[in-house]
Amino acid sequence: MTTPFVAGPPHHADPAPGEHAVGFIRRWVFSTDHKIIGIQYIITGLLMGVAGGALAALIRLQLGWPEHRWMLLSHLLPNGMPSGVMTPEFYLAVVTMHGTIMVFFFISYVLVSGFGNYLVPLQIGAKDMAFPFLNMLSYWIAFLSAAVMLASFFVEGGAAAAGWTAYPPLSAVSSAVPGSQMGQTVWIVSMALFIVSFTMSSLNIVATVFSVRAPGLSMMRLSLTVWSYFIASILGLLAFPPLTAAAVMLLLDRHFGTSFFLPSGLVVANKLLPNTGGSPLLWQHLFWFLGHPEVYVLILPALGIACDILPAFTRKPVFGYRISVWCLVAVGCLSMIVWGHHMFVSGMSPFSGEYFSLVTLTITVPMTIFGVNMLASLRGAKLQLRTAMLFSLGVIALFGSGGLGGLFLGNATADMQLHDTYFVVGHFHMMIGGVTLLATFGAIYFWFPKMFGRTMNETLGKLHFWFTFAPFFIIFFMQHFLGLQGAPRRYYAFTAYDYLQKTRGQNLVISIAAMVLLSGQLLFFLNFVWSLFKGPAAEANPWQATTLEWTVPSPPPHGNFDAIPIVQRWAYEYGVQTVDGDFAVQTVASHHARVTA
Amino acid sequence: MKKLEGSLVSLLFAATAIVGVAYGAGIRMPPLASRHGAGIDAMLAYLLFTVGGLFLAGYLALAYFIWRGVRRSAIGPRLATRKTELLLSGVLGLGMAVIAEGGVLAIGMPVWQEYFAAAVPVDAVTIDVTAQQFAWNVRYPGPDGKFGKTDPRLIDDTTNPLGLMPDDLAGKDDVVTLNEIAVPVNRPVRIQLRSKDVIHSFFLPNFRVKQDAVPGMTPEVVFVPTRTGDFELACAELCGLAHYRMRGFFHVLTAAQFDDWLRLQSAANAKGN
Repeated sequence: MTTPFVAGPPHHADPAPGEHAVGFIRRWVFSTDHKIIGIQYIITGLLMGVAGGALAALIRLQLGWPEHRWMLLSHLLPNGMPSGVMTPEFYLAVVTMHGTIMVFFFISYVLVSGFGNYLVPLQIGAKDMAFPFLNMLSYWIAFLSAAVMLASFFVEGGAAAAGWTAYPPLSAVSSAVPGSQMGQTVWIVSMALFIVSFTMSSLNIVATVFSVRAPGLSMMRLSLTVWSYFIASILGLLAFPPLTAAAVMLLLDRHFGTSFFLPSGLVVANKLLPNTGGSPLLWQHLFWFLGHPEVYVLILPALGIACDILPAFTRKPVFGYRISVWCLVAVGCLSMIVWGHHMFVSGMSPFSGEYFSLVTLTITVPMTIFGVNMLASLRGAKLQLRTAMLFSLGVIALFGSGGLGGLFLGNATADMQLHDTYFVVGHFHMMIGGVTLLATFGAIYFWFPKMFGRTMNETLGKLHFWFTFAPFFIIFFMQHFLGLQGAPRRYYAFTAYDYLQKTRGQNLVISIAAMVLLSGQLLFFLNFVWSLFKGPAAEANPWQATTLEWTVPSPPPHGNFDAIPIVQRWAYEYGVQTVDGDFAVQTVASHHARVTA
Repeated sequence: MKKLEGSLVSLLFAATAIVGVAYGAGIRMPPLASRHGAGIDAMLAYLLFTVGGLFLAGYLALAYFIWRGVRRSAIGPRLATRKTELLLSGVLGLGMAVIAEGGVLAIGMPVWQEYFAAAVPVDAVTIDVTAQQFAWNVRYPGPDGKFGKTDPRLIDDTTNPLGLMPDDLAGKDDVVTLNEIAVPVNRPVRIQLRSKDVIHSFFLPNFRVKQDAVPGMTPEVVFVPTRTGDFELACAELCGLAHYRMRGFFHVLTAAQFDDWLRLQSAANAKGN
């Protein structure tokens, strides 16, 4: 008789060792368990995502129907839309907060901190993160940061309105735009809290991967998910300090009369300012020194996760694992030295522009290889189109189209026309909007059974995919072409220019697609909440996957593993015969199935 | 059912690519009106063709793998050989590098050099453009070819928006307009960009010209208009509430029309004073 290698169904009755009778507050609120913290991050992030999505809806209402009076909204938002039409100051605050919330509080929380916390210890066979208390602290500071950011809507002058990039002098001088009164200060405070939290969380992930991997789990046996979090966390640690410095300087410029970013001779609102000696470009360098690596902090985990969902539904190993790992490392390194490609027309030296252009385009090499490896993983597959798989296929698609758009923007000559147009908006939404969004959904459908011990509904999930991918692609693909037609970003309306009149119909189509996209997300929330309470019970390993989290019950007990697992093989042992089926989890000994790596 | 679903998903990606390329092929950029802009358009055309092809190929491959994958009852070869992996990575990685870097080096950099590094031609028309919330202050040096000195302490938005120093003789004949720029066709134009308050960006869509106007700096752009006509100037860097309607007018005239226009503006300035 053979015993299955995979743990059986969940046995909730017997408390796992190490699980003491802790009260509700210690268990669910101020928990140091990485799984609870991960779920806290995910829920917080999803709620922030709802806020960010609502702001997106407002943006699209304004751009699709620039003069329409939305009477219902005038009651809900009496200050921002007094007569039913949005004011320009509210529009700019909405655009700024949409960007800030989606980048830092939705994707960072759900995908990077949320799934990072949840998955990394489980996949490396650890009982928890290296520093559980620090982990709890980082979540609660993150929570505070999100609350402060939302509160900024209610301060004098409204929320920050200088864009998520907060370029001074617009962000530094309170008379330049209403959002630069108190809103920008609150924005800076929130960002400072975010950085503190994110730095702690990154440090924790790096330390965890380095120090508490299970025996036998060499770096080259790690899943691509863990690799991607590892690289992303190193990038976060290196890239955020310059933004901290920049935020401090901006705060000083705003309130204490310094001139880090303000040159002499500034006349704002017909008043000469006393500042002297600063440079607005300094902010841009510091911001993008963070900002560019930050997009990889977001996108690498998305790619890692997609790579790990693929083999569970192709039933064969990923293609070119070692090469993909080195691509992640290479991209991480390159991402630190290309920030100037955001500044080709900023007045920066054109010779720097040439350097940044050439180096930026070298990123295409590891990223192309990575993308092709994902695509090649589908070759010869016995494909099962489960919801998580559909989203991963969507990741491959958007990574392809978004990445190719990068060839235009990394090219300084082409960027002269495209910079600060909707081409840029389309491009980054495909990448850090779409690749990350689809990977987030893929991850939720894939690991929901592990997290909550219940399975999400497949039919609703698949419908959700169709209602997400198709409108998302239409919106942001069309925006690339708005950019080619010369439509600048951050415009309150496209009504003032003759040459932009023909883009108004396109904006209408985009707005309608956006409404479809946003309503489609109701399917997800419905499914999420329903499955949380009513979903069918999940097995320990519903997808017959190979990594360590699938060897423990769903949901895993406090402390994860009864005994620290001994890892025998890499994370992609699919297509081999064992008693479990056509796969071997990482703990299956070599005499049961041949070890590939 | 499984096959049908596979075919539908496969069709989704294939149709996305085919419709996408067809849609993109129908979009036109604002009509070109500058010499270096032809180079930028060539760069963009190169990228649109190569990227369009890669996009189509990639999505069709994805669609094929899905269509084929759902019909398979057993997996194909489990692992590719190390040689295959390296070969595919090498060929496609390097291929992409050649497409991306080759485009920059062969088409992009010469345009970049022409635009930034070439000496300013002696016959260039020099114009000083000072951006502010939310207007473009335009100044021509007048017959003496010299701009008068300015001092930010003298700035008053209604009476002296540029802060011109009244006792500087070089400034006496300066011609100042608001949101109106005229240039002669086929003669180099040199724009000196300034900003009084926040960052703006001088964007002439038809001329493929975009340059941020940064307070404390005076970046320059030099280009040659090749078509007469009336064009629009847009602000391309978020500068505040009326960013979306910080509109200027850019007229390309014949040499004779340009001289007349300048005389007319000069007379209007004198009358205003």
